[in-house]
Amino acid sequence: MLRRTPRRKPRSRRRWHERAITQARDCGLLGADILGSGRRLEVKIKQGAGAFVCGEETALIHSIEGQRGMPRPRPPYPVTRGLFGRPTVINNVETMANLPGLFRMGPEAFAALGTAGSKGTKVFALSGQISRTGLVEVAMGEPLRRIVEEIGGGVPEGHVFKAVQIGGPSGGCLPGPQLDIPVDYESLKTVGAMVGSGGLVVMDERACMVDVARYFMDFIQREGCGKCIPCREGTRQLLAILDSLGRGRRREEPAGALERFQGLISLERLARVIQDSSLCGLGQSARNPVLSTLRWFRAEYEAHAYDRRCPAKVCPELLLYEIEEDLCNGCTVCARKCPAEAIVGSRKSPHHIIAEKCRGCGSCLTACPSGAIKVS
Amino acid sequence: MQVTINNRPAEAREGETILELARREGHAIPTLCHMKGLLPSGACRICVVEVEGQKGLLPACSHPVQDGMVIQTHSARAVETRKTLVELLLANHPDDCLYCVRSGTCELQDLARAYGVRRRRWPAGLRHHSLDVSSPALVRDPDKCILCGKCVRACEEVMGVAAIDFTHGGSWTVIAPAYGGDLNRSPCIGCGQCIVVCPTGALRERSQLDRVCAALADPELTVVIQHAPAVSVSIAEELDLPGGQDFNPQLVAALRLLGFEYVFDTGFSADLTIMEEAAELVRRIKLGGPLPMFTSCSPGWVRWVEQARPELLPNLSTCKSPQQMMGAVIKSWFAQRKNLDPAKIFSVSVMPCTAKKAEAGRPEHAREGRADVDAVLTVRELARLIRQRGIHIQELKPEHADLPLGMRSTAGRLFGGTGGVMEAALRTAWILLTGEDSPPLRVAALHGQDGVKFATIEAGGVKLQVAVANGLRHAQTLLGEIAAGKHPELQFVEVMTCPGGCVGGGGQPIHKDGEHALERRQERINALHRIDDEGMLRRSHRNWAVNELYREFLGEPLSEKSHELLHVHRTPVLDEEDALV
Repeated sequence: MLRRTPRRKPRSRRRWHERAITQARDCGLLGADILGSGRRLEVKIKQGAGAFVCGEETALIHSIEGQRGMPRPRPPYPVTRGLFGRPTVINNVETMANLPGLFRMGPEAFAALGTAGSKGTKVFALSGQISRTGLVEVAMGEPLRRIVEEIGGGVPEGHVFKAVQIGGPSGGCLPGPQLDIPVDYESLKTVGAMVGSGGLVVMDERACMVDVARYFMDFIQREGCGKCIPCREGTRQLLAILDSLGRGRRREEPAGALERFQGLISLERLARVIQDSSLCGLGQSARNPVLSTLRWFRAEYEAHAYDRRCPAKVCPELLLYEIEEDLCNGCTVCARKCPAEAIVGSRKSPHHIIAEKCRGCGSCLTACPSGAIKVS
Repeated sequence: MQVTINNRPAEAREGETILELARREGHAIPTLCHMKGLLPSGACRICVVEVEGQKGLLPACSHPVQDGMVIQTHSARAVETRKTLVELLLANHPDDCLYCVRSGTCELQDLARAYGVRRRRWPAGLRHHSLDVSSPALVRDPDKCILCGKCVRACEEVMGVAAIDFTHGGSWTVIAPAYGGDLNRSPCIGCGQCIVVCPTGALRERSQLDRVCAALADPELTVVIQHAPAVSVSIAEELDLPGGQDFNPQLVAALRLLGFEYVFDTGFSADLTIMEEAAELVRRIKLGGPLPMFTSCSPGWVRWVEQARPELLPNLSTCKSPQQMMGAVIKSWFAQRKNLDPAKIFSVSVMPCTAKKAEAGRPEHAREGRADVDAVLTVRELARLIRQRGIHIQELKPEHADLPLGMRSTAGRLFGGTGGVMEAALRTAWILLTGEDSPPLRVAALHGQDGVKFATIEAGGVKLQVAVANGLRHAQTLLGEIAAGKHPELQFVEVMTCPGGCVGGGGQPIHKDGEHALERRQERINALHRIDDEGMLRRSHRNWAVNELYREFLGEPLSEKSHELLHVHRTPVLDEEDALV
């Protein structure tokens, strides 16, 4: 099961930024009179506290102004009223990083890269269950399969590719058959994903897609600003619905089954309302991790909701642990490790797991020296 | 610009929002976070409408109308979205409407009714927070808060106090004072403007109704009541009667029916305040300051000066507010006249204000361990009591308040609106400066609801420069200008904490459509002005009852006795160590 995120991203180091600025100023590339041209440019770094929502431009402006990082409605757009009420242009770091290449190659050569709608290159952060992780720069429009299989070297030996999560927490999950899609802004949108931050998380058969959706939804409902109702209350409910899918019988209230079915039915309606009415991009795209997994991995959702099982054997409360009597030599290790005291049996005779007590934590599975624990 | 709204053509104005257009054209779009006159915040999303050619729904409150727009305010998609949003809010809202002070005036309840919400649809339940009862003026109940942010904006943008703000993030967001503290340890001044804008019961006054009812039932006690000038022109609204009319005589009758033994008019002590304050002003002018002198009848303002600008305390008039002057006079002169034991008098006041509750509890407003005013009710609380007893105020025979403390000039009534204290004070300062009486002054420059108003009056060779600050934020602007040396000649400044003065106080009736708050305040002010126009006794110094009080008891304005009863010596609320917390 994916661990839930800590409250905020850690602060990044700022010293090397400052050093780069000092060097540029020393070289005459910044300051009052750049390279004797009479032009003036100053660079100042303002460090935020790492809130996800501060990537939204109006929240970013508020954050720089010293206010709480909360978006405001647009229009007026920052180009008409932005930082301290002045017209403001906001660009990502990556856009700025593209400038040297653009100058070196010239606009025509730069535009020749990529597709008609998405020019140039894009850096992806390749991670997850993949042989080679790291930052990779590819021309826009490369097929996703090339990035995953050729550049990243595919999933590790002995495992099967299952999905790739693209675009950061608000992005979407795509299955194997969608790998031939070209990676550009337009194509990704048609399949419920986005280029977004350029995150690319590869998952093999060991990942549970409900769990993945739950992980990202948890992140989003923590990292929202709390201002608008659909995002604040809606994502909390989306998470509650996903939580109910992974909740085993022991923790489920009497009406839990009904709630689970209703939740799955209303999931799409709620996701639409959140998208339709949220104030900023965070809320408007908050549905992506849920709807894309629901779209491409519906059977897995149904297995959770109706059959009460987790095909990837991830959601602990839906797992059934059993001891194979033939293999158990009665060493009692599992019984001693079990935090729920769900394993009974006397020394040197086969043990048993009391299903009602089992929390599905998997301690016995790792503890058993003779491989007698079976999970289903 | 030509647009189509709900299939009808409409002429839109440049720069207008969809909401403004729709309201002008008679299409009601619900809102929860919209505040007229402030920049749209776009928080609640209840006002979303469908516009042809747009992918998502657009928030009507913030989106400007564009030429040729085809708007549907109640398309199936917009209605379903609104309903879902209300359901989402209710999923995180306690189901205790029957116990809620705002039941019936709650905007969330109205929306739930209008959009037919019939059950809890979503699984995640209520997040619990603790009730904040630390403030003597108001109660904060974050469980009922829907985070529309109107209180935050009222506190910061309307009042300039900023005692509360959004804290925490995501779905854990709450509105609270800084560092998880409570209101009593925040810069809150108790003005209650947040209560008036709150769409639900998350903010309410600290009710003292139970104590008043208990006192009324106690045969040992003589229960007396005073009501402020701005009460009788607004209480009708809270009783579902048309606003903008004075119900003073009927209100007196109602108070007697409720069992109050003596009914007094705070207008009497407003006259008394004028006598003291005008004398203080003239003395300061003659003795050279400190000037400008600021009025001290608005407790929120006094509290703000104490904690935010303590260096201005010497400039504050030392006069108690009319409520406290009345309280002191009741338990001294009145008790003496009626041969009553002050300990057996339970003194109640009805105020358009929540800060008055805090004011009444201050130690300098008590003598021998007894508070001068025992309980303070807001207009809303009194209306609750009137409704509980089934009194139909409009059907009552007019009655007059008890003498002598029910006697007031119309100048005393003017206290209820912005500029009123100043006008009343000038009428009396005139005679003190010139030695001769003037016809009752009307200073048009001091009327109206502008932020800061100035006037210059010439009296007896003295040029009197005065200003009126309508609302605390404008007072702050004026203070900035004074500090910058822009008004070196300014001598007297009236400050009202709330916009419009007491008629816009935090204890006034709550209306669900905040849209017309300004007009409603003006109606109440107009009613007060009408009383003054039609009045026979229009100058405080001509109030015979006040003069009798001086003759029999106090001597003269600023005498030792009046200093003991009617004045206070102000010190900063916080010492430096506290201020750091």
